[in-house]
Amino acid sequence: MVDVAWQETDVSAQDVAERAKVLNRLRIGDIVFHHITRSSALFVLVVLGGVIVSLFLGALPALGEFGFGFLTAQSWNPVTEKFGALAPIYGTIVTSLIAMLIAVPFGLMIAMFLTELCPMWLRRPIGIAIELLAGIPSIIYGIWGLFVFAPFIQQYIQPPVIAAFENVPGLSILFAGPPFGIGVLTAGLILAIMVLPFITSISRDVFDAVPPVLKEAAYGLGWTQWEVWRYVVLPFTRIGVIGGVMLGLGRALGETMAVTFVIGNAHRISPSLFAPGTTISATIANEFTEAVGDLYTSSLIALGLILFVITFIVLAIARYLLLRIERRVG
Amino acid sequence: MDSSLYAARRRRNVIAAIASYGATFVGLTWLALILGVLFWQGLGGLSLRVFTEMTPPPGAMGGLLNAIVGSLIMTTLALLIGAPIGILAGTYMAEYGRHSYLTSVVRFINDILLSAPSIVVGLFIYYVMVRPMGHFSGVAGAVVLAVLVIPVMVRTTEDMLTLVPDTLREAAASIGLPRSLMIRQVAYRAARAGIITGLLLAVARISGETAPLLFTALNNQFYSINLNAPMASLPSVIFQFALSPYKDWQDLAWTGALIITLAVLAMSIIARSLTRTRKSS
Repeated sequence: MVDVAWQETDVSAQDVAERAKVLNRLRIGDIVFHHITRSSALFVLVVLGGVIVSLFLGALPALGEFGFGFLTAQSWNPVTEKFGALAPIYGTIVTSLIAMLIAVPFGLMIAMFLTELCPMWLRRPIGIAIELLAGIPSIIYGIWGLFVFAPFIQQYIQPPVIAAFENVPGLSILFAGPPFGIGVLTAGLILAIMVLPFITSISRDVFDAVPPVLKEAAYGLGWTQWEVWRYVVLPFTRIGVIGGVMLGLGRALGETMAVTFVIGNAHRISPSLFAPGTTISATIANEFTEAVGDLYTSSLIALGLILFVITFIVLAIARYLLLRIERRVG
Repeated sequence: MDSSLYAARRRRNVIAAIASYGATFVGLTWLALILGVLFWQGLGGLSLRVFTEMTPPPGAMGGLLNAIVGSLIMTTLALLIGAPIGILAGTYMAEYGRHSYLTSVVRFINDILLSAPSIVVGLFIYYVMVRPMGHFSGVAGAVVLAVLVIPVMVRTTEDMLTLVPDTLREAAASIGLPRSLMIRQVAYRAARAGIITGLLLAVARISGETAPLLFTALNNQFYSINLNAPMASLPSVIFQFALSPYKDWQDLAWTGALIITLAVLAMSIIARSLTRTRKSS
């Protein structure tokens, strides 16, 4: 016996109207919500456009005054209002290069350790510890670099290095004294520590995505772990690793506070890595609030525009490469 | 003759393994060194005074109250502005336009904004807010931080909503739930832990930001909760005090650095454990 309740009552006109009203409200809510989310997504593009347009407008006076000479002039003189971006650009590139030269091999080796050699139970804690390095704010690296790392370099690293290379042609210029502690090399080393976690965690992720069959096949042929990593894992993940490296490079180029503390803020291009220098971001951080005169401020904004263009290109390449490997794996 | 070749390969393998162990050891030692020094230098100055007194003039005793309050106000405001925009944008990308062209463009641009130099964002807000207003202000600082919050929230919201199984959506649709209600009542709930993780990561990211605050919120020696005036923040006080020649200011900078680091580490660890329990359940 199944009781089926059947409502025989008529639906009154009022009920119909009520129901239509509710449904209408839901429909409008739906449309509104859809448009709100869509505009929020568009807002992300607006932010990017705003950054580019405002930097360009802000830089216009300086670019109009100096033209392309802004990129190649080395003088930075607020008194005579002659500004050129060469020294900060040079410092930015050199410190980032030093950072990458150190961080890339270290990052890859750590990623290799985490994916091939490390016992399973240790992988997660060590991975997290390395990632915590990435979470530490850059000002902490800065204060640490200024009070701990720079004095250490000044006392224990620079004097012997300067002495050792004093009579070697070429290197004597690269490592010319006096030992300040702060300088281009110190900034590069701090940057290396900062980008290391980015390179490590991305390389680890792409190494993990290598199909085990490939590795097993190589092991089956009697290859050693190093050979498998070097000739199977690395070629297979090349694109992703380069993407990770570019991402790290993007960070290094734009990093501000850590560099500002230890680079010495000197507007000159010195061949010695021990000499103080400056980077684009350090120049802006140090001088922006004290800049008097429209041309000075505008020149600093123009520096920001140059930095943004450089990092945008580097990061776009990085994302493109990582997207390619994501598609292949997924 | 083969054995020598084999020995060479073995040797190379051992060298690579040692290099790998060594690199990891160096990386971990560095983390330990930074944290160790931070505790060593910062812990001594950590007392109740730090949280209850103003930043002092050189040579006097004092704390970091105005800086901490300023940081809290600007961070909260930044979250209130940035998080809804980021969550809604991520919602569009995961729910409405998952395969649309707009989504892939926004995702690409968002990923670039995620790692773009924050100092450039600072210049942007300086140009559109500080310059027209004519003075530095706490609002401008909050807006800079909000712009930095958005990409983090977009990324995590999209990722987390994509992980929500489609069967849940279909079940909701089958009982006649309108799409917007389905998203808010079903998808958001399923992705809640992930979105909270994103919030924590966003706070961790902005609480140490210094560079963009230098020319938006500037700094303030005095206690001020006026959003229309320059506002102190923990990172900018650290910057100012660390570069000063006064020993007691430098000590306070270390203490401030320790507070920020502990807060950031705590947030990232909580965020991590949140996603972990979610995955295992």
